[in-house]
Amino acid sequence: MPTYRELLQQVKAEIDEVDSARARELLDGSESPLFVDVREPDEWNDGHIPGAVHVARGHLESRIEGAAPDQARPIVVYCAGGSRSAFAAKSLQELGYENVVSLAGGYTDWKRNGFPTQLPRTLDAEKRSRYSRHILIPEVGVEGQLKLLESRILLIGAGGLGSPASLYLAAAGVGTLGIVDDDRVDASNLQRQIAHSTETLGDWKADSAKATIEALNPDVNVLTYKERLTSENVDRILADGWDVIVDGADNFPTRYLVNDASVFHDIPVVHGSIYRFEGQATVFKPHEGPCYRCLFPQPPPPELAPSCSEGGVLGVLPGIIGSLQANEALKLALGIGETLAGRLLLFDALSTEFTEVSLRRDPNCPVCGDQPTITEYIDYVEFCQGRPTHA
Amino acid sequence: MKTVRIPPTLRSETGGERQVHAAGGTVRELLDDLMTKFPGLRSQLVEDDEIAPFVNVYVEGEDVRTLEGLDTPVEDGNTVILLPAMAGGAPAPLVAAGSRPAEPASAARSAR
Repeated sequence: MPTYRELLQQVKAEIDEVDSARARELLDGSESPLFVDVREPDEWNDGHIPGAVHVARGHLESRIEGAAPDQARPIVVYCAGGSRSAFAAKSLQELGYENVVSLAGGYTDWKRNGFPTQLPRTLDAEKRSRYSRHILIPEVGVEGQLKLLESRILLIGAGGLGSPASLYLAAAGVGTLGIVDDDRVDASNLQRQIAHSTETLGDWKADSAKATIEALNPDVNVLTYKERLTSENVDRILADGWDVIVDGADNFPTRYLVNDASVFHDIPVVHGSIYRFEGQATVFKPHEGPCYRCLFPQPPPPELAPSCSEGGVLGVLPGIIGSLQANEALKLALGIGETLAGRLLLFDALSTEFTEVSLRRDPNCPVCGDQPTITEYIDYVEFCQGRPTHA
Repeated sequence: MKTVRIPPTLRSETGGERQVHAAGGTVRELLDDLMTKFPGLRSQLVEDDEIAPFVNVYVEGEDVRTLEGLDTPVEDGNTVILLPAMAGGAPAPLVAAGSRPAEPASAARSAR
């Protein structure tokens, strides 16, 4: 049996090492390798190499895939002195990482050279506890949670879809939520609009939802816009800076306005709509995937477009579609997974069936196409109302 | 025969049926057969002998506009989905229904 020292020497002979000066060059180079810090959390919390990711040695094999999905990207692995990182480098090689080096002398030598360090952004004890089930997921973790806390998501409508979407986004710790809604809470809303309650009947929906969100999670800053989204106010509202828009609008003029504005401002839209037992959800990612106008170049004439107030809706349906919207919004904010961009998900609550159809970007789309003809806001009410039959 | 899925907003025209059968080797023939059986569907599906711009028709999950349009072949056993635009979110009267004040004509403004 080899002693520890012999084993370390043996491992070091099987891996490549770089010194601090070379690691610094690599860090400053144009194609910087991924720096992986394998020390314990308390060591990491005292400071680390800028841009490094933290995967403690004990979790290396199980968590490296989440932190470094691309096995071809070069990795510099480091610990305090260069021993743990030597073993870690060997493990990474065995896992298929093609270009791994260990930092000789480790973080101690790096610091001794006066090279730059960074204090990690962390969550306080209260947030660690509140978001612990997120932090446990490798794809989210502390970094992802910090990202969510810095995210800004705008909800169009605080009704059937906006209620569940806003509550789940708030619970998830999305730091800033905007709510655009010019309506007040009505008794007929409460069968499905779970952000409101009997006690807030008659209140602005934006205020009612804000109160519910703040009771759920005080980390969330809620901005309310008690106005109907129009061509006149959309730029002002979007100027507040949003990463994602969740569209739960109830009418075509707003749908087309949200679409055009999202293309002009390059903000992804998570789309949802519901009627009776059926719902739809997708993601419109400007210029990467189709937009709403690629899907429906024109709205139906008003007499052919029944609304939920005429046709009704099963109360739980917006809960399902709105939750799907929250899921898409969270993935967009975190930058993980596959979104519904390019796919329209259809849900039938009566048969409990999901169907998917594919959506393609229309190169001739008047808004997001190669030669757009709509480059500023139009009169959306007129567009949706007075459509000439023979254009 | 091919299966055509009728969206909830069009079911009043098909006697409430969620799924109906229609015959035809192409989307055009299939829609013609469907509209003969359910004449009320015509204004909701076609405009100027084309698929109306507020409706999408999918054969096996693919938008026929990205295939061969009305000439897209439909084979036995294929499922055809009709999908009109649906606005509903927070249910409220449509702007167009007139129960809400229509917003004033929007002044065109550049967004960029």
